[in-house]
Amino acid sequence: MISDALKARMREVTARYPQARSAMLPCLHLAQDEIGYITPEALVAVAEVVGAKPDEVESVVTFYSMFHQQPQGKRTIKVCTSVSCYLMGCDETLATLERRLGIRRGESTPDGRYKLEAVECLAACGMAPAIQVDGEFVEQATPEVAEKLMAYLDAGGDMAQVRNEWRQISDGAGMATVTEFGAPPTSGDDGSSTRKVG
Amino acid sequence: MADSNETGATNATLPLGPSPRFVTAHFDVPGIDQIEVYRAHGGYEALAKALKTFEPDALVTEVKNSGLRGRGGAGFSTGMKWSFLPAQSAKPRYLCVNGDESEPGTFKDRMIMEVSPHTLIEGVIIASYATKVHQAFIYVRGELLRAGAQVERAVREAYTAGFLGKNILGSGFDLDIVVHHGAGAYICGEESALLESLEGKRGYPRLKPPFPAVVGLYGGPTVINNVETIATLPAIARYGAETYAAYGTEKSKGTRVYCLSGHVNRPGNYEAPLGIPMRTLIEEYGGGVRGGRAVKAIIPGGSSTPMLGPDALDIALDYEAVAAAGSMLGSGGMIVLDDQTCVVGATLRMSEFYRDESCGKCTPCREGTFWLVQLLERLEEGEGRESDIDLLLDICDNMFGKVFCPLGDAATMPIVSSIKLFRDEYIHHIREHACLVGPGAHRAHGAVAHAG
Repeated sequence: MISDALKARMREVTARYPQARSAMLPCLHLAQDEIGYITPEALVAVAEVVGAKPDEVESVVTFYSMFHQQPQGKRTIKVCTSVSCYLMGCDETLATLERRLGIRRGESTPDGRYKLEAVECLAACGMAPAIQVDGEFVEQATPEVAEKLMAYLDAGGDMAQVRNEWRQISDGAGMATVTEFGAPPTSGDDGSSTRKVG
Repeated sequence: MADSNETGATNATLPLGPSPRFVTAHFDVPGIDQIEVYRAHGGYEALAKALKTFEPDALVTEVKNSGLRGRGGAGFSTGMKWSFLPAQSAKPRYLCVNGDESEPGTFKDRMIMEVSPHTLIEGVIIASYATKVHQAFIYVRGELLRAGAQVERAVREAYTAGFLGKNILGSGFDLDIVVHHGAGAYICGEESALLESLEGKRGYPRLKPPFPAVVGLYGGPTVINNVETIATLPAIARYGAETYAAYGTEKSKGTRVYCLSGHVNRPGNYEAPLGIPMRTLIEEYGGGVRGGRAVKAIIPGGSSTPMLGPDALDIALDYEAVAAAGSMLGSGGMIVLDDQTCVVGATLRMSEFYRDESCGKCTPCREGTFWLVQLLERLEEGEGRESDIDLLLDICDNMFGKVFCPLGDAATMPIVSSIKLFRDEYIHHIREHACLVGPGAHRAHGAVAHAG
């Protein structure tokens, strides 16, 4: 089902463009954000709003790697495997995650909680290797950091609490990123209550 | 800061010290992504000056005089590109900012968008005014969620402050900006594919000519500039073309943001003048090669630029000198490989990127990139044949210049350049069934099933 609210948002974003068809990607993003993937109904709804045929919308969906026509794991862990990350050991990081999750790249855990993806350059080459979860970066992601990240996520840690910020380096001549994990929600025995995510 | 002494600047005395930060000024200030903080540090003053001091055509001339060249990869004169827009056109003209950063080794545009999105917005308004555009688009790579959110928020703040919309700062100039999010396709960083994507289609490159300046978005005259290029404009408007052009070399003016990655001690983004020697960037800025090792190879401007050997370390990082050495300054993404790197393994990894990102439109690129990866896998696994090296070069020869867009050409760069520099290492893989250096040098090939 495509909600009326979703359709309204699609029409609103479409109105910003000189030509409706330009709202193709924004409408697909809206649909995928709400439904989780691009359903056949979503193809029809987007087609209607942007003035294209559902086949044309599907042809666009299949071109872009961020759109999916199948349900995805709740959390996708993307590991960059392009050259700068490769030079800094991303293959070991990826292997660590495969072992820990018991799945191979491209697969989802049986409980649907995680999906693991090897992806191309994420524009985070400086502090390689890079991982991206929920759109947030974890950089200098050595196997140890990957283990730490998974412990954090397993404990219900929220990626919004992971700070990955640009800092000055080298006496102010340049900038690079630093990743810091927030405290994960405690699992109960010390009495502090924190909202669980995921 | 709002100085007016730019007319007095000469090349003999550098007006702003040896290495000013034109693009990344104030990037270290906490909260510079907020409009109040940005304005407190002189933000949007350059826009006010540009609107007041320059007629649009004079601003195009000013940018031409600054010597600014495109920072996306091609290095074409920005002011010249603008001047290709036809004076009269039945269709509206557009500006598209290319924020689809995804060239391996490049991470500067993401930084600009995340850290100081208002620098970009101010630049967009200046560029639009100069080119008489009233509708601009910022195409942000889909994967860069935070960058996209930062730019969107900055656009909203700029509308509220009266820097966007109707009659900006009482100048009579109108401009609207739409922030457009990509959805995962390297090819959309190619300017004509970006236009297709923005028109709601698959990101297939268009045949050129006609160039976008004449027939671009919706068929109208269109300017497409990289994020860093646009983010340089506020500084040029503020300090004047002459001050900007006092830096750099004769044909490569000003500063740029170098992205340093790979085996260096202090990787990161460094804004420095064009023309500094590679050695300076690697050793002084980057703190040298990790573990005190030697440089084996340098990829100077993103993985699409040919690699160079350590003899290139004293080459100046300007467009001409790097081209004369057989490579390209490209996107400024410099990747350093130390002497323990297996060059066949690294080349395989770069080739996988082009295989995965080829859009499939042109046969030589679609089929060639797969074939190249197959051969490189075989070589890396120690199962290659002597004839494979020439076969690789032959396939590259059949791709180069025989495709619509630069992706097919780019795919050949790491292969041709690495064979030229390190043919012996390829031969070692074939004859010894192992890598020459790195972990693969000790493995027993053939005995272990490939994990795939």
